Amino acid sequence: MTTVLATPELEATNERQKRRRGFFLALPAYIYLSLFFALPLLIVVVYSFATRTRSGGTALEEWNLESYRKLGEPIVTDILLRSLTLAIITTVICLVLAYPFSYFLATRRELTRNIMLVFVMIPFWSNFLVRNYAWRVLLGNDGPVSQLTEGIGLGETTILFTPTAIVLGLVYGFLPFMILPMYAAIERMDWSLLEASRDLGASGFQTFRKVTFPLSLPGVIAGSILVFIPSLGAYVTPQILGGGKKTMLGSYIVTQFLTARNWPVGAAVSTVLMFVMLMATLIYFRKGGRTL
Amino acid sequence: MGEENEAGDVASSADAAVTITGVTKRFGDVVAVDNVNLEIADGEFFAMLGPSGCGKTTTLRMIAGLEFPTEGSLKIFGDEVGTLPPNKRPVNTVFQNYALFPHMNVLDNVAFGLKMQGASKSEAASAASEMISLVQLGGMEKRKPSQLSGGQQQRVALARALVNKPKVLLLDEPLGALDLKLRQEMQTELKSLQRELGVSFVFVTHDQEEALTMSDRIAVMHEGKLLQVGSAEELYDRPVNRFVADFIGQTNLIDATVADADMIVLANGTKIMAPNPHLAGTKVAMSLRPESISIGASDDIPEEFQATSLQGEVSNVVYLGHSHVYTVEVDWMPLEVRTNATPTSQVYKPGSQVAIWWDRRSDWVVPDEGFSS
Ligand SMILES: Nc1ncnc2c1ncn2[C@@H]1O[C@H](COP(=O)(O)OP(=O)(O)O)[C@@H](O)[C@H]1O
Ligand SMILES: [Mg+2]
Repeated sequence: MTTVLATPELEATNERQKRRRGFFLALPAYIYLSLFFALPLLIVVVYSFATRTRSGGTALEEWNLESYRKLGEPIVTDILLRSLTLAIITTVICLVLAYPFSYFLATRRELTRNIMLVFVMIPFWSNFLVRNYAWRVLLGNDGPVSQLTEGIGLGETTILFTPTAIVLGLVYGFLPFMILPMYAAIERMDWSLLEASRDLGASGFQTFRKVTFPLSLPGVIAGSILVFIPSLGAYVTPQILGGGKKTMLGSYIVTQFLTARNWPVGAAVSTVLMFVMLMATLIYFRKGGRTL
Repeated sequence: MGEENEAGDVASSADAAVTITGVTKRFGDVVAVDNVNLEIADGEFFAMLGPSGCGKTTTLRMIAGLEFPTEGSLKIFGDEVGTLPPNKRPVNTVFQNYALFPHMNVLDNVAFGLKMQGASKSEAASAASEMISLVQLGGMEKRKPSQLSGGQQQRVALARALVNKPKVLLLDEPLGALDLKLRQEMQTELKSLQRELGVSFVFVTHDQEEALTMSDRIAVMHEGKLLQVGSAEELYDRPVNRFVADFIGQTNLIDATVADADMIVLANGTKIMAPNPHLAGTKVAMSLRPESISIGASDDIPEEFQATSLQGEVSNVVYLGHSHVYTVEVDWMPLEVRTNATPTSQVYKPGSQVAIWWDRRSDWVVPDEGFSS
């Protein structure tokens, strides 16, 4: 009888085989992501350094930073600032609405909690575009909201096609992304810590500031980023509820590609936007990633 | 009933640390604490003992202010605190799971209470450091709770509570999560810490041995009711009922009926000398500690113990080095007998016919109140 010993060589071979097997399993996803995700991204980045021909085509030569320089022009910085402002306002409003709600949710009985969570997610069951048009009807000049305010003597409501309408729509669209991670963080909190805090002489408010809030912070950060990123690049909502008048970045990019036929500038804006989002995502993974 | 005798004495003396009068706590239909009367003296090590679910934690939480009584009065050093919030009470708690703040290091955890009471950062830090040294965690100030062992977390919890100089320290099964050796070490340490500080400790445990070794006085609870309060000796030698007799230490509980003030009748008709205060005919149980019983040959019973003896057969014997533990089958039940083992002591093999006897002062008759255990 021969005894087989685990020699270092054998173990190294085993290790190599294990790694290779893992690679083959992941290969389909690798290929898909490379072809349909990484490559298009790369094309966008490459195009941002290209030149627009006079006929509206794109010449893949004479690489330059002209498109990025255009980003410094007032029209673009205006849009950039507006987008940032609206995205930040949206995020803050979501935060303020979602925190107490998540806290309330996390302190309910299991059944109540699950029912309420379903309500939070119901909007996802219908198309985003359709829901935005619904808001347009709601906010329209003779829509229900306007009729109501007129009815009680406050006059017509004319917020449709204003930044306010955009923010309303964005908050409506992205609030669940704020609630879910926040709820998860608060729900997972060890409630005896709050009791310990009170026991050690902290008032209710001190307990919130020193214990509850810091412990829910990962959820707050995760939710904020999940709302901020899509708000910054939003296209559908500003288009439908903002009427495309005061454009945000998403609309501007579409215009560059389709109307102005300036692909390099469109690509440059996209690249910058991606970079900002990448940064936000990195922060998210470092600070809040653990809660999801 | 015994508990009412105890309760009757509780005429709120002003210097008591905690005075609980007629306190009941209901959660919906569950009566967690049922009309408890209790007085805890200043500077005493007081244990609350009972099986899981008997209402120990709820009682402690009411003292802390984390739960409010449904009925009754609760005073701390003479001041009614019924519904005062926890942060307004001069007590601190060491929680069962420690409840250390995971986002703060050891120093910040310990300094938390002082800061909340408005101490400056440096004052709080220096008092906290001092307390951290006292619980022998010097050098660990910057660690997070997750980087500490269970025993160390326990000490942080202790330091975090004690640094506030509470008038009463509440501890909810603080040693429950520790292994045996560490547990015994901490028992000694807690006890000496308590003596050193002179603060009342109210210590919740379901471990009777722990309660017996550490406490000045012990309250035994069962199903929300306070059964008996007393020193370890009182509870061990003079339990008020079957449950306490059985829960504290080991004992033989022998069902009997009272014959008269000096005699009881056992199940097989044997009359035993057992002074008792009950009416003739009352169902009682006689508690007989294994170590109070002597064992010998059937015809060997000393004259003075004739009235407190039984005949039986050894069915099992276990040698424990310092003692022999016999199981002796009397007519209708097995009894445990524990004798000191010396080189000269006679050992009875299983199957031997033996007599067992005891001093009439060492049996103890308790009412058979249906506290089956
Ligand atoms: N918040 C609560 N809601 C409902 N029932 C409770 C609550 N807290 C305790 N109880 C019940 O009260 C009884 C006593 O509980 P507790 O004081 O925790 O016992 P112990 O600490 O002695 O194990 C148990 O039956 C328990 O289920
Ligand atoms: Mg408990």
